[in-house]
Amino acid sequence: MSDTLARPAPSTTPSRGKVLTVRSRSPFRWVLRVVVIAYLFLLVIWPVALVAKATFSQGLAPVLDALQQPEVVFAFKLTLSVAFWAVLINTAFGIVISLLLVRYTFPGRRALSAMIDVPLSVSPIVVGLALLLVYSGRTGWMGRALESAGLQIIYAPPGMIMATAFVSLPLVIRELVPVLTEIGTEQEQAARSLGASPLQSFLRITLPAIKWALLYGVVLSLARSLGEFGAVKIVSGGVAMRTQTATLLVEERYQQFGVENTITAYTASFILALIAVLALVVVTSLRPKENQP
Amino acid sequence: MTASAVAPLVERPDAAPSPNRRGRWRRRRTTALTPVAGLGLGITMLWFSLLVLIPLIAILVQASSGGWQAYWDALTSPQTAAALRLTVSQALLVTLVNIVMGTAIAWVLVRDRFWGKQFLEVVIDIPFALPTIVAGLVLLSLYGPSSPLGVDWANTRVAVFLAFLFVTLPFVVRTVQPVLLELEPEVEEAAASLGASRYVTFRSIILPALAPAITSGAALSFARGISEYGSLVLLSGNLPYSTEVASVRILSYVEGDKLTEAAAVASILLVVAVLVIVVLDIISRRVARHV
Repeated sequence: MSDTLARPAPSTTPSRGKVLTVRSRSPFRWVLRVVVIAYLFLLVIWPVALVAKATFSQGLAPVLDALQQPEVVFAFKLTLSVAFWAVLINTAFGIVISLLLVRYTFPGRRALSAMIDVPLSVSPIVVGLALLLVYSGRTGWMGRALESAGLQIIYAPPGMIMATAFVSLPLVIRELVPVLTEIGTEQEQAARSLGASPLQSFLRITLPAIKWALLYGVVLSLARSLGEFGAVKIVSGGVAMRTQTATLLVEERYQQFGVENTITAYTASFILALIAVLALVVVTSLRPKENQP
Repeated sequence: MTASAVAPLVERPDAAPSPNRRGRWRRRRTTALTPVAGLGLGITMLWFSLLVLIPLIAILVQASSGGWQAYWDALTSPQTAAALRLTVSQALLVTLVNIVMGTAIAWVLVRDRFWGKQFLEVVIDIPFALPTIVAGLVLLSLYGPSSPLGVDWANTRVAVFLAFLFVTLPFVVRTVQPVLLELEPEVEEAAASLGASRYVTFRSIILPALAPAITSGAALSFARGISEYGSLVLLSGNLPYSTEVASVRILSYVEGDKLTEAAAVASILLVVAVLVIVVLDIISRRVARHV
């Protein structure tokens, strides 16, 4: 950098105005723009559009038929209830752990803050295997004891909720930590000094301040939870009408023969994709545009 | 403009405050634990241990249960070694593509103006939000047997590459974008006015500023790549020695009730995942010190 800047400028140094004009007209910018748009078109836009097209390739009737199959209805209901519990657990856990990370010092704080992110980068298959090793009723560390106490975790909804909660664990926390750091504790301290209880000051001061961040975190967790596949596949067993979620149904139906099964797979995919895109649009349009130049 | 859904996920909010928040960050006050907070910490740590820590430790314990020789044999069995090689090489390749294309996309999203740019912002996040099994179906529709392009890459290594490319798309873009937004164009104009060519300006002014963000994004996309499973199920055919990746290998060990072998392969993925988190932590703390 220094040698570039120290080099004597050539006599044809353009003025500032000229630089900007040259830039805006440069072919380089056009090339880059076209390359980026073509890349995204081929990798994301066109393939996603084709799935929508394939779903309705036989018209609307087979899609509506697919939606009325008991297996499909069951799979979506199960997916919703598993996602609901996982998001609920992650929200409660996320609020408490974000408050702890931002406002308190304790041994292992930095390690915990890093460990929170591990679920984001660890393979869903590894997550499933890890839960299986501990909670399996047959071979698990704790599974046998829990099973004899009447609580089945693996191949049952509790295990599916745990797997889903694991993979979407950091989403709420990552939304809350920056906002909690930003707002500080002055207002809460003022409320406390005026006689508010800790619960009151949380409900009246902190919660309103973090509500948008919390909403984004919940929407993202929900989208991630509804779409979880690998971890749930291992811990659920994927039995139709018992532990088969919507993503597992897509896999099973796509691999079976027949147009009807394919349309069912596409229909379930279409709905899952629609939910994901809607969640994105909601979060993107609600998020304050803080970095607007 | 960068109102992205994924942005806070790829930045590390705890460690690297964006420069415009720096002042407030320094005023942050933390206190020692109160009894109520201690109880909260106890309960959350219990849940965190039951959900994350104990199961992940169980993988390491199970992997070592057969001794070093069994561990090594599991990893070097021809089929597993082939799967690990394929996974790592494709993930590295995809990471390289992401470094170039992710930076280019971030550049266009920040510096260029054109109709429909807002739409591209949402498009970038789609691979993150889309269920992975649907992602496989999506890619299959353009690059599979009924492709309108006339290519059929299903069940080939190209399919593995494409699946990795799809699911890792947002990471470099979303780490580079906020840094690029903070860069002052005046510095580049100064360089240009002193006679630096576009290339020199890019190499000696822009690239050094972006390097930490690109590294973080690359680490994230590598981690995401090697751990990918869902999008490959329908797309790659999972053919042994050809398109079978590490995650699929673990799953078939689990289905064959060979938990020790499964845990051995899983331990490799787990170590890489933790290493990536550590690298990100180091990078973001270094950046936070220097701004």
